[in-house]
Amino acid sequence: MNRLFPVLVTTAVFLIGFVVCSLQFPNFASTRVVADLLTDNAFLGIVATGMTFVIISGGIDLSVGAVIGFTTVFLALAIQQLGISPWLAFAAILIVCAAFGAAMGAVIQYFDLPPFIVTLAGMFLARGASFLMSTESIPINAPLYSELPDYAIKLPGDGQLTVIAMIMLAVFAFGIVLLHFTRFGANVYALGGSRVTAALMGVRIGRVTILIYTLSSVLAGLSGIVFSFYTSAGYSLSAVGVELDTIAAVVIGGTLLAGGYGFVFGTFVGVLIQGLIQSYINFDGTLSSWWTKIATGILLFAFIVLQQAMVGFARRRSRRAVGVTLS
Amino acid sequence: MAVTPLLETRGLTKSFAGVCVLDHVDFTLRAGEIHALLGENGAGKSTLIKLVTGVVSRDAGTVLLDGAAVDLRSADAALSAGVATVYQEVNMLPNLSVAQNLFLGRQPTRFGFVRESEMRRRATVLLNEFGLDIDVAAPLGDYSVAVQQITAIARAVDMSARVLILDEPTASLDKHEVEILFAAMRQLAGRGIGIVFVTHFLDQVYAISDRITVLRNGRLVGERETAKLPRMELVHMMLGRELSEVTVARSHHVAGMAHPPYAVFRQFGKAGTIAPFDLELRSGEVVGLAGLLGSGRTETARLVFGADRADVGTATVDGRAARLHSPRDAVQLGFGYCPEERKTDGIVAELTVRENIVLALQARRGLLKPLSRREQDEIATRFIKLLDIRPADPERPIGLLSGGNQQKALLARWLAISPRLLILDEPTRGIDVGAHAEIIRLIRQLCADGLALLVISSELEEIVTYADQVIVLRERAHVTALTSDAINVTSILAAIAADLPRAA
Repeated sequence: MNRLFPVLVTTAVFLIGFVVCSLQFPNFASTRVVADLLTDNAFLGIVATGMTFVIISGGIDLSVGAVIGFTTVFLALAIQQLGISPWLAFAAILIVCAAFGAAMGAVIQYFDLPPFIVTLAGMFLARGASFLMSTESIPINAPLYSELPDYAIKLPGDGQLTVIAMIMLAVFAFGIVLLHFTRFGANVYALGGSRVTAALMGVRIGRVTILIYTLSSVLAGLSGIVFSFYTSAGYSLSAVGVELDTIAAVVIGGTLLAGGYGFVFGTFVGVLIQGLIQSYINFDGTLSSWWTKIATGILLFAFIVLQQAMVGFARRRSRRAVGVTLS
Repeated sequence: MAVTPLLETRGLTKSFAGVCVLDHVDFTLRAGEIHALLGENGAGKSTLIKLVTGVVSRDAGTVLLDGAAVDLRSADAALSAGVATVYQEVNMLPNLSVAQNLFLGRQPTRFGFVRESEMRRRATVLLNEFGLDIDVAAPLGDYSVAVQQITAIARAVDMSARVLILDEPTASLDKHEVEILFAAMRQLAGRGIGIVFVTHFLDQVYAISDRITVLRNGRLVGERETAKLPRMELVHMMLGRELSEVTVARSHHVAGMAHPPYAVFRQFGKAGTIAPFDLELRSGEVVGLAGLLGSGRTETARLVFGADRADVGTATVDGRAARLHSPRDAVQLGFGYCPEERKTDGIVAELTVRENIVLALQARRGLLKPLSRREQDEIATRFIKLLDIRPADPERPIGLLSGGNQQKALLARWLAISPRLLILDEPTRGIDVGAHAEIIRLIRQLCADGLALLVISSELEEIVTYADQVIVLRERAHVTALTSDAINVTSILAAIAADLPRAA
């Protein structure tokens, strides 16, 4: 199964990386480190799930980082200044995000514009809107924010599976089911294969495109909610550049940037790899945290080269032998 | 017999930009027959298909399905009415599995989830009917074009298509794959499905079709039963002209005596494109290439010009072994090439006539030695006068000129580099009848000036008026060379239509 090959490579890289870390740092191989890995990268994992759909469909969503920033500011203002219940604020922001994503999808579809440009405009719009609301960091003091860590599940050893980590795992499970076991998922792949052909085969590409970007923005909003729990604050400059980390996680996870091929599970491992590098640097203690970026860059480059090599190999490879019985 | 035909068109007419591309065409498809739709480039085959499926709207005429007039507006609407089209370039998704391709949009589901194993089972059963036993979980792109085409056909038929239009489905298939496809077609016809089969391979037409409809220049030439139509007559229907405006007698001088050949090709060929051929081109002589579409005429020209690289054989120019690896080499040797697709491969529509004319000369001189504006004006004016390009305005964008004048400007482009050999691919295609005579006059004049010419043309009446030697091609090979008195339309037609010594 050569389609699984990139995912297998990604998984192997993660496992080898984990073993190397464990050998170097005695305390590394513990449920605590693993649980922290999940918790700390939950926001990235959630938004990367949505990005996986977008990239497989042949698009890109540059607005997700700005949507996360917007979400944190919106929540802080709604909860602190307007006194709205956090749950109501969550529901409101998810609806706003859904509308925002649907609008981007509609513009891409009906004005026939490249997703790159449309979501770039969406990025500036969302980031600008959050600055408009507040340029300060606003702390959130709602009881939910201080109580949430209490709901974590104790794991054997020292680890705690936090609510945040559970949300991410649930999102990944949801993403896997949606992409691989529904008609909508098949349509996402179809769009990535060829929009024109998909339309000729009866896929309602307008509807699918709008749904894909809606999904991406809603998950970015959910990611923003999770992000607000890390900092217990809303700040218009939060999550700057996260869209690029997200794209990196998706591509390292084996999804073809040109669209048409990829797996949600690969993205999960791609997120964990980025988290692993960060953990290594934290354990080491002497390295600059910017090494995360450098290592991510090198990995990303390696994976893109790998993908190109595979695409080229697949082209040159002789066609699969055909079992034919002439009747 | 009052059997209602499955699909019928009456008086179908369509014009693009004032040019009539389809003129009152009647076409009838009966249930259970395989009906070949034939005609040269520009005969109107694809326009007819597009009008039937509603991809292009018609100007006049009616389309009847089961005797009832229908007004299809899109490929989608056509499909739901039971008319499916499968193109040479398969319109399927190579990144999805075979099963997903077959059932995209109508996958069996349970509680909203696709029942993958049920879908695979049905896909396997469906393809088995077509004699295909393959792993339906593998991506479609892993399989050959033939399998992809049969998958597309299976999808269409399974979606209850009753009329199947196959637009040049065999163009990129090898012999074995063609057999697989034909077996599937026969089986479908047996089920009562009507199949329109567009192709330019006459052998395949005789191998599979029940009936033949021939179009020429947007008009219906006739509908015949395949079994009662001799090959010779078919070719005549496709190529022949009712009235020949230009039947000018000319004396062909005897080839091979006047000069030593300028360019000689020995066993020149490229596997899969054109069988190795011998070709001698002399200064002051016109060699014509005749044959049906896809017989290897353009392939020969591209090989001679180095646009495709020959993998066997030798080329000798002016007595010296020549390297012909790229058009650049060819231009260095003094070759020029006016391609068939004037609009896409030839003219740069936005540039002026002057700029188009000096293009090749400038390219040969290199970027560091630009032609001065004065030189450009001088060259452009000279050729506009010489070739009588109208309007005689060098600053007019070439896209605004008529087809005939565009063709002359293209000729001027190559004449400006003073070539020794000029290759013309369908020089009179798509230009009005009056301009034909002028282009022919020009070809003769160039020849008299000592140029060696290699001309591809489907207009046999024209070819016989200027060619000193006519090479007939069939099935991607040079089969006959006619010289002097042997050059006439009848002998060319006979050579094109001659039955192949059947292999296997």
